[in-house]
Amino acid sequence: MILAVELAYWQLLVIKVLAVMVIVPTATAVIVQTFLFKMMAHMQSRLGPMEAGPHGALQLLADGAKFVQKELLAPERADRRVFFLAPVVVLLSTFLLFVVIPAGPNVVAEDLDIGIFFALAVSSISVLGILMAGWASANKYALMGGLRAAGQLIAYELPLVLAVVGVVIQSGELSLQGIVRAQAEGAIFGVGLIGQPFIFTQFIGFALFLVATQAELTQPPFDMPIAESELVAGYQVEYSGLQFLFFYLGEFGAAFAFSALAATMFLGGWYVPGLDVDGGLISNLVGPAVLFVKTMLVAFLIFWIRFTYPRLREDQLQTFAWKFLIPLALVNILATGVFKVLF
Amino acid sequence: MAAQNLVFAVLAVVAVLAALRVVTTRNVVHAALYLVAVLGSVGALYVLLAAEFLAAVQVLIYIGAIVVLFLFGIMLTRPTLGRESGLDNDQRWLAGITGLFLFGVLSYVLVEAFGDERLPRLEGLDREALTAERGTGAVGDAIFSTYLVPFEVVSVLLLAALVGAIVLARRE
Repeated sequence: MILAVELAYWQLLVIKVLAVMVIVPTATAVIVQTFLFKMMAHMQSRLGPMEAGPHGALQLLADGAKFVQKELLAPERADRRVFFLAPVVVLLSTFLLFVVIPAGPNVVAEDLDIGIFFALAVSSISVLGILMAGWASANKYALMGGLRAAGQLIAYELPLVLAVVGVVIQSGELSLQGIVRAQAEGAIFGVGLIGQPFIFTQFIGFALFLVATQAELTQPPFDMPIAESELVAGYQVEYSGLQFLFFYLGEFGAAFAFSALAATMFLGGWYVPGLDVDGGLISNLVGPAVLFVKTMLVAFLIFWIRFTYPRLREDQLQTFAWKFLIPLALVNILATGVFKVLF
Repeated sequence: MAAQNLVFAVLAVVAVLAALRVVTTRNVVHAALYLVAVLGSVGALYVLLAAEFLAAVQVLIYIGAIVVLFLFGIMLTRPTLGRESGLDNDQRWLAGITGLFLFGVLSYVLVEAFGDERLPRLEGLDREALTAERGTGAVGDAIFSTYLVPFEVVSVLLLAALVGAIVLARRE
């Protein structure tokens, strides 16, 4: 530990839980302010929110206050228990994602042996929340949105997992900390100057992971579950106030978490050349900043695609996943395996 | 060990109560959601047994895929809210007998195989050695060496099931 104080298990646990609970809304706020408010506005030649604070910097505070003030509404015929539980399930999935992401040699809530596999497993829980929301709303648009979301998330779960397999084969590790270490200690053609970020060997995996992430986050061009021109707002249509804010936090928090996962697996994570990969105060202080910069780079890519491409059709979406992404991912795994054995 | 016992008790109670609700509730969607609680508690029990990989598989496959497919099917075919009638049929005695039989077989196997073994006390355990011996890596090694043939047979079986499903669905 960096701290000289020995803390009891439960004290550490409380600190970790509080840390994750602070990080999720902060990460969401950063993502929404930077990309959704400012980058999108500038890409579309408009200003975006400008009134609250300098250059509109306090818009999120105003939005947050607005959401909290609103009444919690449920449709009269809704299944109230399931209806109010659904956003919590989605948010829970996002919270759990942050548990395994390392931001320094010791800056990680829990460096699980199964790291990346845990992240993929908990990310699949959010589908459940979305289906619950769609069904419990007692609204045909919401139900349609929920069903679309489920079909989409199941289809894109596979390329997501398969894209990760290449990284796992190459590093021989499931633990995210181990994957960072493998990249830091690797070498490109015998030259170990910058380590070996896996994007150089797993570029197909990186592209697959980004596309699948886009679909998992139900962002354009994969936003059929909430397609506003067809389904009003899909499974979110009956939600208001704090419950809607939960979905919002879940979606953009997960966007940040998936970007951080991609940065960790393909861009070297919190490590940059010069840092000590095994520990030390400097690595622990600089690591989070490095990871943040890399995460924002990946998030920029994700949101760039989001603001650029129009929505696909439902059958195009399924065809794209099953007939293109999954075979490509399998070929990538095969090639990685062959190279792993040969070299 | 008191903390583990307490957590086990809570998880076991949740699992049993949720399992009862799966079969007694009058709403199919609620039944599927209670099934999530059952599967989740069992997954947490795996964590308690230091079988992290199995727990993650439980969440990814059972909760993230199978129950979601259940819900998908239910919502696609009978999206009614509220109570439903006609969820019972005449097979409850048969199901009860099957359940009891399964319980008997599993108990017998467990007692027969592990009856005299005791779990080692936590204080004396080396975490690194335990991970090397029983961790995710060890599971992978076992699957691809000792249990290679059963593993391959299972994948052929799954492939056959996949092809069968497509044939059934495609028959005009």
